[in-house]
Amino acid sequence: MLPSYASPVERVWFYLFRGFNILVLVFLVSPLLAIIPLSFSADSFLVYPIKELSLRWYEEFFTSGEWTRALMNSFIVAPAATLIATALGTLAAVGLTSSEFPGKSLIMSILISPMVVPVVIVGVGAYLFMAPLGLTNNYFGLILVHAALGVPFVVITVSATLKGFNVNLMKASANLGAGPLTTFRRVVMPLIAPGVISGALFAFATSFDEVVVTLFLAGPEQVTLPRQMFSGIKENISPAIAAAATVLILFSIALLLTLEWLRGRAERIRTLQR
Amino acid sequence: MSESFSMNTPLTAADGVPLKTRLQQQRRMRQLKALLLVLPLALFLLLTFLVPIATLLTRSVDNPEVVSVLRETTQALKPWDGKSLPAVAVYDALSRDLQRAQAEKTVPDAAKRLNMEQSGFRSLLQKTARKIPLAPEAGQSTRDAFIALDERWGDVSHWQVIARNGSSWTPYYLMSSLDLRQGADGKPELVPEDERAFLSIFGRTLWMSFWVTVWCLALGYPLAYWLATLPTRKSNLLMILVLLPFWTSVLVRVASWIVLLQSEGLVNGALLWLGIVDAPLELAFNRTGVYIAMVHILLPFVILPAYSVMKSIPPSYMRAAISLGDHPFAAFWKIYFPQTIAGVAAGALLVFIMCIGYYITPALLGSPQEQMVSYYVAFYTNVTINWGMAAALGSLLLLATLLLYGLYSRLVGANRLSLG
Repeated sequence: MLPSYASPVERVWFYLFRGFNILVLVFLVSPLLAIIPLSFSADSFLVYPIKELSLRWYEEFFTSGEWTRALMNSFIVAPAATLIATALGTLAAVGLTSSEFPGKSLIMSILISPMVVPVVIVGVGAYLFMAPLGLTNNYFGLILVHAALGVPFVVITVSATLKGFNVNLMKASANLGAGPLTTFRRVVMPLIAPGVISGALFAFATSFDEVVVTLFLAGPEQVTLPRQMFSGIKENISPAIAAAATVLILFSIALLLTLEWLRGRAERIRTLQR
Repeated sequence: MSESFSMNTPLTAADGVPLKTRLQQQRRMRQLKALLLVLPLALFLLLTFLVPIATLLTRSVDNPEVVSVLRETTQALKPWDGKSLPAVAVYDALSRDLQRAQAEKTVPDAAKRLNMEQSGFRSLLQKTARKIPLAPEAGQSTRDAFIALDERWGDVSHWQVIARNGSSWTPYYLMSSLDLRQGADGKPELVPEDERAFLSIFGRTLWMSFWVTVWCLALGYPLAYWLATLPTRKSNLLMILVLLPFWTSVLVRVASWIVLLQSEGLVNGALLWLGIVDAPLELAFNRTGVYIAMVHILLPFVILPAYSVMKSIPPSYMRAAISLGDHPFAAFWKIYFPQTIAGVAAGALLVFIMCIGYYITPALLGSPQEQMVSYYVAFYTNVTINWGMAAALGSLLLLATLLLYGLYSRLVGANRLSLG
């Protein structure tokens, strides 16, 4: 904070700096705020000022075949991909943190690489590889590739949680007569659950927001919500998109709140251990 | 006495096995267990991620069309010197190949491929295939008959193109992606200036990524600093304003930016109302729009790592420097800034890496002048169905990304990557 003895120059600088940062924050949230009111407009164009309020675009979003199918597809693909990514990613993270072995950092780099490789390359590669196998234009191929894209997030978050994990707890549990499975279920899992769940949320968000791979792999039956928005923006940008956007923003708020809550929980667990 | 005991007899476990061996075994077992846990994911990624990418890489040099369709011709051309017209036997082979290809309906495959290297080859090959079998007049060789049908069959350069494709792999696509071609002497050379396209696309991709990164740093660094100096309760609240857009779908954000930036959008409305401009500015569907949206999408990737680095720097360092007589700006520059460089540079590098692979934002918010390499990869895959070019451009993009990622891992260590 600004001390009372600050010179005028310091004072000016302080307010300029603060103003600049508030502007950057406004820049960050303004697009989200700008599109929400338009979803309640009765107009068929996405322009201000709003002349008349209406819920017709929400009605279209929740009843028209295109949008409901897209919504349904997203809720088929994303949970399935999340499940695969979380299960495999958690196992791998447990393996990676439990012991040192040669080539570990290389393996780690490979497991993380789906996060870095441009999505277009993943999409085209998957298309070239999967088309001859008949895995394009169906849910299966799409779910597999989405899961691969979500894996790095699970590996990173679970490994981070495991780093703070006290291995003696497992020894204590074994000492008290629990088998490895019971130990995992009753001791390890509750402690690393926040990490696993936040990794799963990241994986879910990745698949739920993915459009490029979907462009290459999905047939007309597998159009997901982002894919539908992509063609909506490209062809005719109607306020139905604003309605979809508002629903998605609410959804991301829910994700964010869950994640923050988990972070708080993880923090508490970590401090309990010390 | 006790000394000689520990020197001569190795320590053993309960069953008499030397302890050292036993520990070694235990360690092996643990490593094996760890590897077994990693194995399912490794196999999964191999099949869904690594093999597809390997497919893409091989496609960039794959060249099956000419070899399979003109099998005998390419074989017969092997001993050819490449300077004079090929022997009559080669023309005979071509005649047989075309006859078979016509029956198998594979002429268009080879014609399309040859046409890429020499325009007009498509019609030449298809016209010739329709006329096969040629009936040479008395005293005329097959060669004469071919040349009589179309004089281009008497042109060495057309034969050179076929000969060049006599192998099942080709550097053609990769070279084309770099605006190179095989010159008459066989050495790579730049294509004529008016045909160059891809070098400038790569250049544009790097240039735009550079500016997006610079803007992200310019906006993100001060904000991260401000958030790091605020009391925790306040900074956590403001952090939500950073995290919320971060968690919002990219498509939602692109749609919102179109709403804000279009000529009758909010930004132009505000500028007109304030009297700053007389006519609406062109903000969307050009480079300005792409920059604005990309900076907006990637800004949190600078802010979050910078914030976590800055949080770990005790504020007492700066206070000490100031109390020792440094000007606050000098203290910041000499004491604070150097401690943040590593973390911030890692964030910036990550932004740059993500930028060069960007597709959605330029595709929706840009004109053709803003499209980056990814767009052309998609374009060659979906629109012109030229998988060789798509794969070659993709491979080069992948190479660039992996080089930068290698640099990033050395800088940060992939193990220390964290989220938020």
